[in-house]
Amino acid sequence: MTPQNTSINRRNFLRLTSLTGAGLVMGMGLKADGSSIIENLGTSTNAFELSPLVMIDQSGLVTIFNTKPEIGQGTYQSIPALIAEELEVPMDKIVIKQTGGEKKYGPGQFVGGSSSVRTNYANLRKVGATAKAMLLTAASQQWNVPVGECYADNATVIHRPSGKSIGYGAIAEAASKLEAPKNPTLKDPKDFKILGKSAKRPDIPMKVDGSAKFGIDASVPGMVYASIERCKVFGSKLVSFDATAAKKVKGVIAVETCERIHGVYKSEGVAVIAENYWAAVQGRKALVIQWDHQGNDQFNSKDYANSLREAAKKDGAIEHQQGDFDKAFAEAPIKLTAFYETPVVSHSPIEPMNCLASWKPNNQLEIWTSTQVPGSVMNDFSRIYGVKQEDLTLHVLFNGGGFGRRLYPDYIHEAVQLSKKIGKPVKSIWSREDDTQQGPFRPMTFSAMKGALDANGKAIAFQHKVISPTLDMKKDYDVTKADGTMTEGISEQKYEIEHMKNLYVHHYLHVPVAAWRAVTSTTLAFSHECFLDEMAVAAKKDPMAFRLGMLTKESDTKNILTKLKEVSNWDKKLPAGWGRGVAQYEFFAGQAGFVIEVSKKGTGVKIEKVYAVIDLGTVVNPDNTRAQVEGSAVMALTAAIKGGITFEKGATVQSNFHNNPLVRINEMPKVEVHILANGGNKIKGVGEPGLPPFAPALCNAIYAATGKRIRQLPFDINKIV
Amino acid sequence: MLTLNINNNAYQVDASADMPLLWAIRDMVGLTGTKFGCGMAQCGACTIHIDGKPVRSCSYPVGAAVGKKITTIEGMSDKITKAIQEAWIELQVPQCGYCQSGQIMSAAALLKAKPNPTDADIDAAMQGNLCRCGTYQRIRSAIHKAADMIK
Repeated sequence: MTPQNTSINRRNFLRLTSLTGAGLVMGMGLKADGSSIIENLGTSTNAFELSPLVMIDQSGLVTIFNTKPEIGQGTYQSIPALIAEELEVPMDKIVIKQTGGEKKYGPGQFVGGSSSVRTNYANLRKVGATAKAMLLTAASQQWNVPVGECYADNATVIHRPSGKSIGYGAIAEAASKLEAPKNPTLKDPKDFKILGKSAKRPDIPMKVDGSAKFGIDASVPGMVYASIERCKVFGSKLVSFDATAAKKVKGVIAVETCERIHGVYKSEGVAVIAENYWAAVQGRKALVIQWDHQGNDQFNSKDYANSLREAAKKDGAIEHQQGDFDKAFAEAPIKLTAFYETPVVSHSPIEPMNCLASWKPNNQLEIWTSTQVPGSVMNDFSRIYGVKQEDLTLHVLFNGGGFGRRLYPDYIHEAVQLSKKIGKPVKSIWSREDDTQQGPFRPMTFSAMKGALDANGKAIAFQHKVISPTLDMKKDYDVTKADGTMTEGISEQKYEIEHMKNLYVHHYLHVPVAAWRAVTSTTLAFSHECFLDEMAVAAKKDPMAFRLGMLTKESDTKNILTKLKEVSNWDKKLPAGWGRGVAQYEFFAGQAGFVIEVSKKGTGVKIEKVYAVIDLGTVVNPDNTRAQVEGSAVMALTAAIKGGITFEKGATVQSNFHNNPLVRINEMPKVEVHILANGGNKIKGVGEPGLPPFAPALCNAIYAATGKRIRQLPFDINKIV
Repeated sequence: MLTLNINNNAYQVDASADMPLLWAIRDMVGLTGTKFGCGMAQCGACTIHIDGKPVRSCSYPVGAAVGKKITTIEGMSDKITKAIQEAWIELQVPQCGYCQSGQIMSAAALLKAKPNPTDADIDAAMQGNLCRCGTYQRIRSAIHKAADMIK
């Protein structure tokens, strides 16, 4: 019986129609030799569905659907590996396909919060185990032997007593017709062949020869290009525009408006659409546009920072309290206060925002893009643009960096609207200037810190008051409430301090803002852990001993610091002019810590060595985990010592990498990463925890080396003293 | 019409001479391994070779490339590049991977000029290539490894 004649039930044969959605994602498949493939299984072989996420064809080719877009964090390996491990298929024998928000692949089609592995570790293993159980049953039925006498290995079912074996391809069809078992047995982790090992990432061969396809690489016949002028002054309205000159530029086809939608922030732009991108850029330069700045053209960073400093005088909303902070602080013999400030920063993935959208007759929509959120693009765009979900096809390509920026589909909205308006496939590409100047940005947080010690130098009272805008950008924020995202982690630290009162003061900002890798922990860890260092100094205690002294109970924090102390040889004397600093931070995504050593060099410091410890509980890919923490250190270093984003006359001052620089290879310190993975039920995130503790560890090291306390980011590492 | 010699093939492109070579390579010829990152020679994602030398194609007019030998990541098949690619895979250098074509083009030019580079040589040659994922430590190790492999 051919599959075409098979009665179609819920999972026995994947129809061509649904395949085109997932199967045509360019270059996302992989052959055993590491080369990429472009294929549509439905046209070549007969594939059977053992679960929405697992298909096996008659040749034995196993396709695993990855619901977690690859943004550099390694989900193209780690997510299929969870399934392949239990399915008993080696990674080099699977084809990986990226899902595009289709309902059948379930909720959770997004990447953010370092959540992909930690929230799927159990259920994706179960998907693999379920499919394996069905294959075992199918083989045992074919052989007429008890299923208990069969086991699976290397995409084959083996009958233990007789030694006979059968490949998955030969039983896939029969297996696909079986009822899926509810509670399949999961493997004992000691038998893992893939998980917990430093497996090579299957996307990497494609990323060294130029064959990996990113959103910006998508193309379809008849495609035209768009470059969009948006007002540089945030919060402006489009009044009118004259496209006469733009339309005279060779290659320009049309000029249309489109709306950028970023949560409550909406702004109209003028798009020049042309036969090629360069023509669109030239046409854009020729636009004459009238904007109404709505009174926003005097906004600047200096005044806004002053207003945050003023706002810091407010009581704020209580985020967390224990004991009686006010009394303990008032009566304490040793008191400290300090004010910490951090900047606005850009995400700046090297792949600028882009989207190819094709609005077709009969209200059908096809989108090719780099996004972290295929699930919500499917749901939201279907609703907003009135397209049935089955008529919306979303191709998620490799993301040339995410860092939180691609959680927001503003750039997808623009392309969809433009394609709808002109009836052609439109590829919109943001320039680097657009990316740098338009946001959304990580907002600044300012922190007013208070701490108190008893006469023996023991920390008895602690207060972290956060002053900041909120990520939801709502003007009518209820100031009696603390915003959990903007106070992220400040009350989760395990230090045993009796009296604590953490506060939040909201201060409105009209500039589009967004989550940035490790969100608010990236700024709050700086103030939190540097101020703890100030308390250690006031207590005349070693910063490591001071912290461990506040950790009498067992905790991951204690384990991380203890490990850091060991791997960094904390108690070993450093050369003259050197200093070391420590910091850790626990937040929703996970937990890591750093010890950083610096040496005085001229008027600045040089980072001599970076030791990192990340606590995971369970590690899926140790080498990739180390890579993520190495990269986190670099991103955190950029945020600490490079310029950041500032505003003048209502607009972003910086425009490209020359004035919004990133750390380059010559500034790369040596980073040594250690992983704590002592098992247990806990499993923590990998992609983000390496960011928050970096800046405070660095600044604490600088204090140790130079006596200079840094309370404001960014700072010039070459001009410390 | 301009004729470009890319990876030893001749391509006719209908482009104004001042258009950056990058867009001719990507949008007209269809070789997408070369990436757009900044448009002003600040990030190196668009690095290609012209007559064997690394060039930022986003800031190189297509008209100036006529008659020259243009090589993109897709056309790199020499021993040095193969070693670099192998080292890149062995040490799992790329994360998002977007900048890596440019990184490899710069690294290939470096190893051709200096088969045994020091860290300082690597810093000097690779400083023009940004990586937002922060893979620099592995890039440095992989260049040393590739140099060893070629020996």
